[in-house]
Amino acid sequence: MAGRARGDPRVVLSYLILAAGSLVVAFPFFWMVASSLKPLAEIFDVRFLPTQPTIENYAEVLTRTQFPRWFANSLIIAAITTVSVAFFDALVGYALAKLQFPGRGLIFVLILATLMIPTEMLVIPWYIMSSANGWINTYWGIMFPGLITAFGIFLIRQFMSGVPDELLDAGRIDGVGEFGLFWRIALPQVKPAMAALCIFTFLGNWNAFLWPMIVIQTPNMRTLPVGLALFSGEAGSSWNLIMAGSALAIIPVLLVFLVLQRQIIEGIVLTGLRN
Amino acid sequence: MATQVAAARPLRRGLRIGQQRALWAYLFLAVPLLFFAGIRILPAISSLYISVHEWNIVSPNRPYVGGANFQTLAADPRFARAAINTVRYVLVGIPAQMVLGLGLALLLQRIVRFRGLFRALYFMPFITPIVAASWVWQWMYSVHLGPLNKILQAVGLPAQGFLRDPGQALYAVAAMVVWQYLGFQVVIFLAGLEAIPRVYLEAAEVDGATGWRLFWRITLPLLNPTLVFSAVYSTIVYLQLFTQVLNMTFQDQGGPLASTLTLVLYVYQLGFQRFKMGEAAAATAILFVVILAITLLQMRILSKPVEY
Repeated sequence: MAGRARGDPRVVLSYLILAAGSLVVAFPFFWMVASSLKPLAEIFDVRFLPTQPTIENYAEVLTRTQFPRWFANSLIIAAITTVSVAFFDALVGYALAKLQFPGRGLIFVLILATLMIPTEMLVIPWYIMSSANGWINTYWGIMFPGLITAFGIFLIRQFMSGVPDELLDAGRIDGVGEFGLFWRIALPQVKPAMAALCIFTFLGNWNAFLWPMIVIQTPNMRTLPVGLALFSGEAGSSWNLIMAGSALAIIPVLLVFLVLQRQIIEGIVLTGLRN
Repeated sequence: MATQVAAARPLRRGLRIGQQRALWAYLFLAVPLLFFAGIRILPAISSLYISVHEWNIVSPNRPYVGGANFQTLAADPRFARAAINTVRYVLVGIPAQMVLGLGLALLLQRIVRFRGLFRALYFMPFITPIVAASWVWQWMYSVHLGPLNKILQAVGLPAQGFLRDPGQALYAVAAMVVWQYLGFQVVIFLAGLEAIPRVYLEAAEVDGATGWRLFWRITLPLLNPTLVFSAVYSTIVYLQLFTQVLNMTFQDQGGPLASTLTLVLYVYQLGFQRFKMGEAAAATAILFVVILAITLLQMRILSKPVEY
């Protein structure tokens, strides 16, 4: 298969189809960026490219709306959640893979079983709980459901199982404490899995919508997706502003993707096929 | 006596170390276990409890009503609409996504140069924030001002209603969801294809199998585990569609004549806009059972051993 000649018509056809397909897939991105650069007068033009590109829309979104605040809210929430998930998921994954204790199997099955519960089923009790405890409209209220994940525990446990016991025993002989064994010896062994977990947790929280939409009540507490969803109220339904706002939400994610592309795609394969 | 003590000591110390390690393990697990109990398991039970009560957030009176919430749902045409639509999203979206994804993966496998570039391009929508993508698609579908109708008219085709047409809206939303998950599907299939041992394909080629025969008889059966994973994962995603639907049909929340309404959007409207928490919880209980059943069923059907 690999030895197929360059001019093979089937290979040429493959390139053509793939190129046409990627144009279709990329068109929404192109449309978004092109529109975000159009001045208001041109926004409803048939033209695909702006005749007089302007960054006015971006300036307006950043200065006249609470967009920067939403951006910061999302950043803070995604960052804290990612740190929490990375730490606790790894700790539990390690304990379940490498420590012997009564009830280990039962605890693992129980944690896995929580994966079967859909989020929608939980948002009503979460909302009632948050109302009772004053968590509505707070960072804690937005974050608490995602601070530890069963999926991450499952993933890290799989990888921790591959860490040789001899390594840990050698650490014990050297007098490393139980937490040190986890933190200094086991954790560095599962770096690729941790990287994948961190990237997915960050992206997942950056994009989270259903629960934040329910728990947030004032404009200044909105995360980026919630702010964008309710943007038409703020931006007066101006498509040029909405497109600039959408571009500002998408572009950082795409930059992260370009830099971490290999880890993200390998992570998908890693997590997807291991399930 | 002395030897007995000497023999017992390592044993006792071993036990102590074992117990110590168990204690450490429980210490490591303490916070996460409390978390899962308090944030996942108890709320799930509480949701079932709410589903058999009349539960309005503003009223302190919450009487037990048995199956009344389920009966109200069964009698609500909007619930039936939402359930049927959700099934239609699954039946339309998943085959489209899997066929396109497999086709693209097979094409990508054929080429050497730019493979990474194409894979990255197809993958981009998967990591794009859904709300932002929904805005872009909503505008692309705009009847009078959107680029899609401009393109259609430019090639001499009639303009379409897309999200404004009750007969098309669901498919328009489904197309956006397929766009979003296609790259993910391609990556999974590409990995699955690469995991197929070369010897099988080469042996089949020696036996004279080529093209379609090779694909149907060898590649597809060997891809079975990947197909199972994709089908189960996508079904769960499609059954929980919400963000795309809410954001692409924001003004009327569920499209013209509720033609894009999904179960989760229905739950959101019932529980958080009309504050009928009991009925909303009942609807999520149904969704939970459906997801559970489909997951188990699909795994059984697709994971049947393949006969050669």
